[in-house]
Amino acid sequence: MIAVLGLLGGVLLGLVLQPDVPVGLEPYLPIAVVAALDAAFGGLRAFLDGIFDDKVFVVSFVSNVVIAAGIVYIGDRLGVGGQLSTGVIVVLGIRIFSNVAAIRRHLFHA
Amino acid sequence: MPEPEDRPDDQPDERPDERPDEQAGERAGERPAAEPTGRQRLREAFRSPGRGQVVVAVLLAAVGFGAVTQVNATEEDDSYTGYRQQDLIDVLSGLAGASERARSEIARLEESRSDLLDRSESRRSALEQAQEESDTLAILAGLVPVRGPGVRIEIDGTVSIDSMLDLVQELRSAGAEALEVNDRVRLVAQSSFEATEAGLVVDGELLGPPYVLEAIGEPSGLRGALSFPGGPEDSLEDDGATIVVEQLESVEVDSVVDDAAPDVAVGVD
Repeated sequence: MIAVLGLLGGVLLGLVLQPDVPVGLEPYLPIAVVAALDAAFGGLRAFLDGIFDDKVFVVSFVSNVVIAAGIVYIGDRLGVGGQLSTGVIVVLGIRIFSNVAAIRRHLFHA
Repeated sequence: MPEPEDRPDDQPDERPDERPDEQAGERAGERPAAEPTGRQRLREAFRSPGRGQVVVAVLLAAVGFGAVTQVNATEEDDSYTGYRQQDLIDVLSGLAGASERARSEIARLEESRSDLLDRSESRRSALEQAQEESDTLAILAGLVPVRGPGVRIEIDGTVSIDSMLDLVQELRSAGAEALEVNDRVRLVAQSSFEATEAGLVVDGELLGPPYVLEAIGEPSGLRGALSFPGGPEDSLEDDGATIVVEQLESVEVDSVVDDAAPDVAVGVD
């Protein structure tokens, strides 16, 4: 309940404040958002599996975001930022799909 | 970092999920009755949220905030601020190529434009020349009324056809450009004279004295062509006619030849 309220609160805050993304962060924010989504779905799945632990969730959330942004940053330094961010998005997307599949089985048994 | 809990994130126990659905159902059936299902856990969490959910709520708030921010930035972003250096270079070289192509297209179009202008220019000058020529020929063929300096010759009395022809020839050789008899008959290359009892028939028109011949040309030259000894004036006076010559600033020749087009003669290249 609180978690859902937190998500809604964040969305509302973003809508109300309409913040500008700093130029330096602009390439990394979308990757970070996708990584965080992946962590969130992973957490939900773990919760449904009965193995959820908030400490693990926090750590995996932060590390997901940091690693995803870091990979893209390194890619930018190496001159392959565009390709690497595509790769990260693909990997995260696959993980999100498999996590959502597991959640679906839990909730709908299908 | 506790390993087992981390698994769903990093390397979730995917195998059962990837299997056909019967397996999942089977597994759910295997579950001891004491262990709650996912739905029950979810319902439980909604009904009585624990303290741990606060952290989750904060993180999810961060996700929501970031996602909305990014969506806004993507919607607003019509500039190139978010681009990487390599992307910018690609965009720039793409634009340079496009502008290069556009420039060569402009050059090609300008060339064809000047080409067309040249062509229409030369066409117009050809048209002007043809128009001028046609005007000249219309005057010479007697197709249009003309006006200009000239002489007016009034001849009263009887005249012989020879004297009349002599008069016309002298006027022509003195440079007469248009000739008219009695304001009715234009004298052109095809004109003919015939003598009858009643008078002269010029181009089928019967004309009686006094004959008035108007000629357009240089007046003093025309005048001189008539008055030399043994010239037309003398021969007309020998015929018994009286002749009066006026040099005029402006002579009007209004009569025209109706149909100057040849009926049977065709041009030979």
